[in-house]
Amino acid sequence: MEEKVKNITTEEQQEYVINMGPQHPSTHGVLRLVVSLKGETVKSVQPHIGYIHRGIEKMCESITYPQVIHLTDRMDYLSAHINNEAVCLAVEKALEVEISDRIKVIRTLMSELTRIQSHQLWWASFGMDLGGLTCFFYGLRDREKILDIFEETCGSRMIVSYNCPGGVMYDLHPDFAKKVKEFIRYFRKILPEYNQLLTGNVIFHERSKGIGNLSLEDAISFGITGPSGRASGFSCDVRKHEPYSAYDRVTFKEILYTQGDTYHRYVARIEEMWESMNIIEQLIDNIPEGPFAVKMKPVIKLPEGEYYQRVETARGELGVYVISDGNKNPYRVKFRSPNFVNLSVLNHIAKGFKIADLVAIGGSLDLVIPDIDR
Amino acid sequence: MPFDIYNFTSFTQWIDSSLHNAMSPFWTALTEMVIIGVLVLMFYAVVGLFLVYAERKVCAFMQNRLGPNRVGPFGIFQTIADLVKLLFVELIPIKNADGFLFNLAPFIVIIAGFMAIAAIPFANGLHAIDMNIGVLYVIAVSSMGVIGVLLAGWSSNNKYSLIGAMRSGAQIISYELSVGLALITIVILAGSMQLSVIVEAQRDGWFIFKGHIPAFIAFIIFLISSTAETNRGPFDLAEAESELTAGYHTEYSGIKFAFFFLAEYMNMFIVASIAATIFLGGWMPFHVGPWVGFNHIMDFIPPFVWYIGKTFFVIFLMMWFKWTFPRLRIDQLLTLEWKYLLPINLVNVLIMAFLVLMGWHF
Repeated sequence: MEEKVKNITTEEQQEYVINMGPQHPSTHGVLRLVVSLKGETVKSVQPHIGYIHRGIEKMCESITYPQVIHLTDRMDYLSAHINNEAVCLAVEKALEVEISDRIKVIRTLMSELTRIQSHQLWWASFGMDLGGLTCFFYGLRDREKILDIFEETCGSRMIVSYNCPGGVMYDLHPDFAKKVKEFIRYFRKILPEYNQLLTGNVIFHERSKGIGNLSLEDAISFGITGPSGRASGFSCDVRKHEPYSAYDRVTFKEILYTQGDTYHRYVARIEEMWESMNIIEQLIDNIPEGPFAVKMKPVIKLPEGEYYQRVETARGELGVYVISDGNKNPYRVKFRSPNFVNLSVLNHIAKGFKIADLVAIGGSLDLVIPDIDR
Repeated sequence: MPFDIYNFTSFTQWIDSSLHNAMSPFWTALTEMVIIGVLVLMFYAVVGLFLVYAERKVCAFMQNRLGPNRVGPFGIFQTIADLVKLLFVELIPIKNADGFLFNLAPFIVIIAGFMAIAAIPFANGLHAIDMNIGVLYVIAVSSMGVIGVLLAGWSSNNKYSLIGAMRSGAQIISYELSVGLALITIVILAGSMQLSVIVEAQRDGWFIFKGHIPAFIAFIIFLISSTAETNRGPFDLAEAESELTAGYHTEYSGIKFAFFFLAEYMNMFIVASIAATIFLGGWMPFHVGPWVGFNHIMDFIPPFVWYIGKTFFVIFLMMWFKWTFPRLRIDQLLTLEWKYLLPINLVNVLIMAFLVLMGWHF
């Protein structure tokens, strides 16, 4: 004990350690950040995770594959549909099931709607992190319209669980195409309003430009994916490089910037919303006819082996790694969650900035805590 | 003059003289103090409650919401219900907090507001005290609130509170300069620091119109720096809820929190009424030079209504940009003051002095 006290250097003694979280407005969940400050400058950030660990990977080992899908909703609850899709694609890959075009298009449409609503909520909360409280209500107002579309088709609003191995649970609602087109028409008018409110603001530029710079080398070595990685110039869009579902039949731009600061992570997401709307517009008018699900066996058993499927969620690359021993339960499931990896870079890029910038940087990484802990 | 029917001077003098007839000078002074104290206290409470309601409605309409609409018609009793709730909330004792300073802090903040109200002329002859250094007094008293904020942050034994209080200290002391210089610009134009004289000088035109561009610049600077001085968004760094949870009043609960909360709105009211008095003519009606009929109609609106209308216009401006802009960072805030507002302000004062010397103002 005595020795320990002696070993503390004066430098460390001068540090002002504060606990951000687990209950803190800007950690967006139960994330705990131990922040060492000198004045207002951040010396180091130590994330402490595990407050919402539910053991999803372990639970998967004792349940069947269709049941696993419902657990994946609870990881990144804002990209629930995309998480479902990843597991379904892995199972279908293992069973070598050919799924129809209609299913592929439905899944792609739903994924892109999920991406837009996730980015809307991110925009809302990012604005709030920076102190612009009005953004929150604008973002949620528009997100509600997508959730209504989900509700009609899937029966659920946020945790949709719409996918099942071999297709989707139910057919699309008859009004689906009409409602989606209505939404796109509406949101194309509203998105410039977002820019007027926040993007064009001088204070916002001051707060975000040149803050939390992440170089391309660091982005690759930390494995930062999603819009955060692409803002640093890391071309990591799985939809482009390894197209799944119907992404091979649509044309869209991969949003790439080289600056890698908070502002460009922000702009990358705003631009992604435009691209998602382009993708939806290409598909919505010609959804192929056909069954909405392939008939599968009542008990799904994967052949022995290892399977990996990656998809692009709203936050980055989600990998599903399944080891099967031929039973109806997986032997081991591992999720490569984008948020866990993205969190690891926080200390690296937030060092040396002010505590207010730490909040902005954390917001721009768009962390969803249940996905970090799983 | 038509608006002499609204002159309160004879009314207040009548009260004063009849009290003098009834008792000794000492008791007269004491009775007058009590009357004024009670009136100011009531005014303080009513305005505070109304401003909280107004802010909630304004911010609701800016955010696509309805705002309070359940308690009473249009929810006007919502803030009263909230206040009653706050009265009954448990006062949580803080471990290792400096109890005396912790309890003292909200009172200092409130008292600073009270004292500033004393000098403000609400209508012709309706002010508690008309000092010949009114502007100086208001500046001095309104900056006392920072002591309460600093004490609150220091004594609550909370790291967030301390950061918030230190930010607030740096911020208020810096922006005090801009507020002062912006007011000095107009004092040069008016040639007096007495608030009633300043208002009287605006009989034939408000200073924001009379003082050419320097007065307008001074008004803008006053608006920015007084917003910063009252710790309101986009300068609400002291209580930046996304960074410091609630800043200096994180540890306060119940009625002590309500004091801070009310004081914030009262400070906003005070700076808005100073802006209205100095730049927008106080209780003076709006006159357009040769339009005699129009001027007569304007004269029939009571001066108190003019004063309240102008004050609420400024308050609305402050609410407007609070609910639109994101928050600044502490170093940007200080940069804005020391590198931009202060030099502009100093030059502005010189220009105004030059204008007054040459007699180029209206």
